[in-house]
Amino acid sequence: MLRYIVRRLVGAVPILVGISLISFLMMHMAPGGPIGAGTDLNPKATAESRARLKAYYGLDQPLHIQYGRWLVRMSTLDFGDSFSPDGRPVAEKIKERIPITLTINVLSMGLIFLVAIPVGVYSAVRKGSLFDRISTVAVFTGFAIPTFWLALLLMILFGVKLGWLPISGISSLDYGSLGPLGKLADRAHHLLLPVLLLGFGGLAGMSRYTRANMLEVIRQDYVATARAKGLPEGTVVFRHAMRNALLPVITILGLSVPELLGGSVIFETIFAIPGLGQLFYQGVMSRDYPLIMGILTIGAFLTLLGNLLADVGYALADPRIRQG
Amino acid sequence: MAETLLDVRGLRLSFATEKGSVRALFGVSFSVAPGETVGLVGESGCGKTVTALAVLRLLQSPPAIVESGEIVFRGEDLLALPEKRMCGVRGKSISMIFQEPMSSLNPVLTVGEQVAEVFTAHNVCGKREAAERAVEWLRKVHMPDPSLRAREYPHQMSGGMRQRAMIAMALALTPSLLIADEPSTALDVTIQAQILSLLRELRERERMAVLLITHDLGVVHDFADRTAIMYLGRIVEIAPTRELFADPIHPYTQGLLASLPGKRTGEKRLPSIPGTVPDLSNVPPGCPFADRCPFRREALSRFLAREVPADPLAVCDREDPPLYEYSGGHFAACHHQRTVRGGGAR
Amino acid sequence: MNGTPGIGWDFARRLLRNRLAAAGGAVILFFFLVSALPGLFSTHEPNRIDIVNILRPPSGAHPLGTDDLGRDVLARVVHGARISLSVGFVAVGIAIAIGLIVGLLAGFYGGWADAVLMRLVDMMLCFPTFFLILSVIAFLEPSIWNIMTVIGLTGWMGVARLVRAETLSIKERDFVAAARAQGAGSARIIFRHVLPNTLAPILVAATLGVAGAILTESALSFLGIGVQPPTPSWGNILTAGKDNIEYAWWLSLFPGLAILVTVLGYNLLGEGIRDAADPRLKGR
Repeated sequence: MLRYIVRRLVGAVPILVGISLISFLMMHMAPGGPIGAGTDLNPKATAESRARLKAYYGLDQPLHIQYGRWLVRMSTLDFGDSFSPDGRPVAEKIKERIPITLTINVLSMGLIFLVAIPVGVYSAVRKGSLFDRISTVAVFTGFAIPTFWLALLLMILFGVKLGWLPISGISSLDYGSLGPLGKLADRAHHLLLPVLLLGFGGLAGMSRYTRANMLEVIRQDYVATARAKGLPEGTVVFRHAMRNALLPVITILGLSVPELLGGSVIFETIFAIPGLGQLFYQGVMSRDYPLIMGILTIGAFLTLLGNLLADVGYALADPRIRQG
Repeated sequence: MAETLLDVRGLRLSFATEKGSVRALFGVSFSVAPGETVGLVGESGCGKTVTALAVLRLLQSPPAIVESGEIVFRGEDLLALPEKRMCGVRGKSISMIFQEPMSSLNPVLTVGEQVAEVFTAHNVCGKREAAERAVEWLRKVHMPDPSLRAREYPHQMSGGMRQRAMIAMALALTPSLLIADEPSTALDVTIQAQILSLLRELRERERMAVLLITHDLGVVHDFADRTAIMYLGRIVEIAPTRELFADPIHPYTQGLLASLPGKRTGEKRLPSIPGTVPDLSNVPPGCPFADRCPFRREALSRFLAREVPADPLAVCDREDPPLYEYSGGHFAACHHQRTVRGGGAR
Repeated sequence: MNGTPGIGWDFARRLLRNRLAAAGGAVILFFFLVSALPGLFSTHEPNRIDIVNILRPPSGAHPLGTDDLGRDVLARVVHGARISLSVGFVAVGIAIAIGLIVGLLAGFYGGWADAVLMRLVDMMLCFPTFFLILSVIAFLEPSIWNIMTVIGLTGWMGVARLVRAETLSIKERDFVAAARAQGAGSARIIFRHVLPNTLAPILVAATLGVAGAILTESALSFLGIGVQPPTPSWGNILTAGKDNIEYAWWLSLFPGLAILVTVLGYNLLGEGIRDAADPRLKGR
């Protein structure tokens, strides 16, 4: 298994280099290069920051040297300074925003896992039943519903009409005066809707995927063997079929990282949550290029990490790789 | 036969498909006595495996529907049992070995776990003892290094070893009937022989009955007390194995035996049965074998050549022949042979 | 077509028999009609500001109410249909074109071309698509053409993988070997044999892709970096909905419903095409 993981890690290196190359080229493909049209469009980019940027990219150097420098800086997570008035290093800004975004993403992933898998398994086991048909309709609606719109509707319902849930921020005004438990409850109260909504996007796909896998596995010979042994249907489904059906689901969880990250831009903006997504949105709106490139690169890096973790998880769960 | 363990009576079964219902079994009847080995032989698609799965009620319904018939096991109709009691029959009184040892074992459970599960599922003993008994059974099926192998996963074993594990699993609770569906077909020739001799050894030791499903007449010849030949969802001939090989009655059986190598030395080519098996969704009325039958062909050509005034075997196109009994325990479903040899309807 | 799932009369019959797919097709046709003849569905000017009647709830004069500038919401939704649909179609056209070329090159020529192109796909897939789109838009001005191009440029990877896989499997089949043996050139084999066989999966990907592109456009416009006001698009009407969330539910409800129904229509049709092209996969 160690060999498998090492092979995966080695395989990730060229991808990592490629990611940096794509980010690098994107900046240069922009009209006028990284400081041309970009900074002209950005009223906040002062002459000073422009000069800083020029030095940062080494624009007087040939392209491959520029790329080399960019690569070296990236590997030390040095993305330069933000264009914003505070002019702080991009890496620092990202670092303080990541925890809240990761928390919401991990919670959403947990939600997807807890809801989508039972739904998918049960629909497959009772294929064609009322439950299966209702969940299929729900899945199709889930695929089609713009989640930001759903967010609006739920904000109207729970925030405005019923007044049950706060509709912005991650803490109340009196957060500082609350005890530890009160703080936790306040956080949970604020994060409930965002987590539910971010998870909702993945629910439909994941339950559909689980169902399809389960249907495939139920037809396998070893499931017939398990039945022929006289195992009750529950044991056949949970012990024999589900374990096999869920193996690929681990991989899909890893693959859902980029979608969740993309979703956090929308939800953090809607709910005014000070996370990476909101920072990114603000960066895009103010054309803060160092910040944009920094977050883009970090986002790709997190995705790659998610894929690697999924691969490792898969290897741990599947004896054919673990023992092979 | 004085005593029967399994008695399948007039089993008719069909599958619901998008294009309507397709019948797979057209009234299959046979019985297995305690300790007896019955071979069920036929080409792929003739309904052998469906028959076996129907006995254990392992066919998913829908699409499979039993239209009529009974499956009586030790005096009880299995088709009428509630699912819970049927679970108590499967793996305990009737076990099954499948054709594909590569895909019949669960890839994410160790072989030991999968064998031990049979004990715990039927509440024979606790987990720890089940694990010990599993190793014990792996030893009985001559698995090398059984305690080590029990902790391994199927993908770490060869096909022969996996089939041994399957056999251990099937025999763990010493069932009175073992259904073996092509137990050696997917294996190398030498491994095939080993698996068959293992089955023979265990059959003697545990004194169990075996329903052996195969397309290989050679295997039944050495292994089965009685042999049934299936064609297109029907049993067309059933007889004590020696009798069947010595004096096949049904033209299909005759054709099968004639195509065995080593029977007719000196001839350059093995004869084969002309024509193809009709599609199950479009079975013509009358005898299912009629359009491939040498008797029918000959009768027809004589009639067309006006050698005879009337078609002597016109009945073949009209009526599906029932099994007629010839000498003791030898049944065959053929209109022509009945006229030639005589014999009463069963 | 040599036993491969293809597109022909049989396919059309199966597709029409599928009630859900037919319903999806009907929805799509309906919105085509709305886009082509908006005057038929709303007599109001989508951009006429009416300060007297701002944020009016649905009524006889304004069936879906008015927005914060007194513009008729029905008229904006109707005219927004054309914008949203064209973004969907052009973006998917671009994505399919790139995906087709990359997939064919990789699958047909194999070797290092395949290795390089597929690594490129892997790399592109590492970027959260939404991040990528936003980054590009930050460099360019948000405009409807830029939106279409960017969605297309970031959405071709799935098609490329699919076309490559199909190409690889078709390349190995007997009829292609036979064509090769008869001296057919690469271009001929690609156009006569490979392309027609990839048609069904591409059609599925395209139909589902239009749905995805409409969703992406609406999200971008909602965030204010997509189609710019006053041009109406379903997404930017929703922005007004968010700003007036406490007073005007109709501003949020109706454009969202339009997106939901349209996207559902494309998804149902896409699934229907998949089932009709390959009935074995039905219900999976």
